[in-house]
Amino acid sequence: MAVVHRSVLPIRSQEDIVRVRKATRESAVVQGFSLVEQTKIVTAASEIARNTLDYGGGGEVEVTLFSEPPRRGVRLVFSDKGPGIADIEQALKDGFTSGSGLGLGLSGAKRLSNEFSLQSKVGEGTQVTIARWR
Amino acid sequence: MPSAAGQTLRKVLAQSQKELLGDWLQGQLAASTLRSDLMKENELREQSRELLALLQTATQNGSLERIDGTDWTAVREFLARVSRSRAQQGFSSSDTATFVFSLKEPLFARLRADLGNDAQALADELWATGYLLDRLGLYTTEMYVKGREEVISRQQREMMELSTPVVQLWENILALPLIGTLDSERTQVVMESLLQKIVETGASIAIIDITGVPTVDTLVAQHLLKTVAAARLMGADCIISGIRPQIAQTIVHLGVNLSDVTTKASLADAFSIALKRTDANLSRYSGAAT
Ligand SMILES: Nc1ncnc2c1ncn2[C@@H]1O[C@H](COP(=O)(O)OP(=O)(O)O)[C@@H](O)[C@H]1O
Ligand SMILES: [Mg+2]
Repeated sequence: MAVVHRSVLPIRSQEDIVRVRKATRESAVVQGFSLVEQTKIVTAASEIARNTLDYGGGGEVEVTLFSEPPRRGVRLVFSDKGPGIADIEQALKDGFTSGSGLGLGLSGAKRLSNEFSLQSKVGEGTQVTIARWR
Repeated sequence: MPSAAGQTLRKVLAQSQKELLGDWLQGQLAASTLRSDLMKENELREQSRELLALLQTATQNGSLERIDGTDWTAVREFLARVSRSRAQQGFSSSDTATFVFSLKEPLFARLRADLGNDAQALADELWATGYLLDRLGLYTTEMYVKGREEVISRQQREMMELSTPVVQLWENILALPLIGTLDSERTQVVMESLLQKIVETGASIAIIDITGVPTVDTLVAQHLLKTVAAARLMGADCIISGIRPQIAQTIVHLGVNLSDVTTKASLADAFSIALKRTDANLSRYSGAAT
């Protein structure tokens, strides 16, 4: 996989989430995504970034622009050192929330991405990877 | 107890304050980084004088290695104030740090003049002084960033207050055109102002237009759904307009259920539906009356 560009952004505040969305949008534009594709990856990024902040207690995201001809895409790896997720299957269920959300962030982000993976260990933290390509 | 390194610095600050100020100001005024467009010479002179005086006091008893103690409180407060005001005046962070770093040259010159023959003592003294000024410079930069953040959040607050425009489009019809990011505290303010206006006007239809909202994620959707539900309890129906094709697709993928809400692509479509509904109501009422 050829990495075209890689950067890391903090997720510590509400404003950081806005910055993550902006960086994701810009990356998607650089990669030539259509408006629909841009909107999908930006929305997925928004969901996971907010989880990182709200449930993970903050963390960071690594944004990678990659090129695997004929594919070009954006991959985002979110990580936090929060409480972790005890029951991953449950967390991924539509409508499950331990807070007061709609419980559609993880499952929705998964549907909006071409690639999705979630690693989590109780007491150690959570890592969520999403990617979209064209 | 003051340590050995720093003796000369203390002496210079105490005894040659005036000369030091003269040299320092001369250097700052001649520097290519001078921003006479942003700040008057008087103000620069006053700030420089004050910092030297505060440094003299702080170094008399305070440690030169750490600036977080109580001996340094006055210096820290002063630098925080200067950084913030410079951030607001439009100085860059390096302009601001340069104010502190530029003191090195005249100060080092004085130390050299004083200790010229004693290479070891001079080296120690230069190191301690350089280290101290680096600390103070970094602190200044930190405070500068804080100052900028304050400017930004103030602007955000101002924008938040500006952009809660609930407009009455027609008798019984309100519109709330939303613009920008919706996931901040702003959403709450905006939605409450809509509900308030429904009470005041007795409107029966409220159009929430999200054309200007770039991203509709589950949090935004939840806010919208809550508002629609609250408006309904108050007797008003909501129409959400400005759902572009890419937003519609994304909402479906997220799994958010908007099927109980009337949605339209444009504000114009929503308005025409709203007119029909209110007209229909009117004719039904007049029909019933005759
Ligand atoms: N980074 C994380 N750390 C800990 N728990 C998480 C994290 N991300 C998600 N979760 C858990 O997964 C649940 C489902 O998340 P999500 O689908 O985004 O729904 P919501 O955010 O509405 O609760 C959350 O309620 C939370 O319990
Ligand atoms: Mg979520």
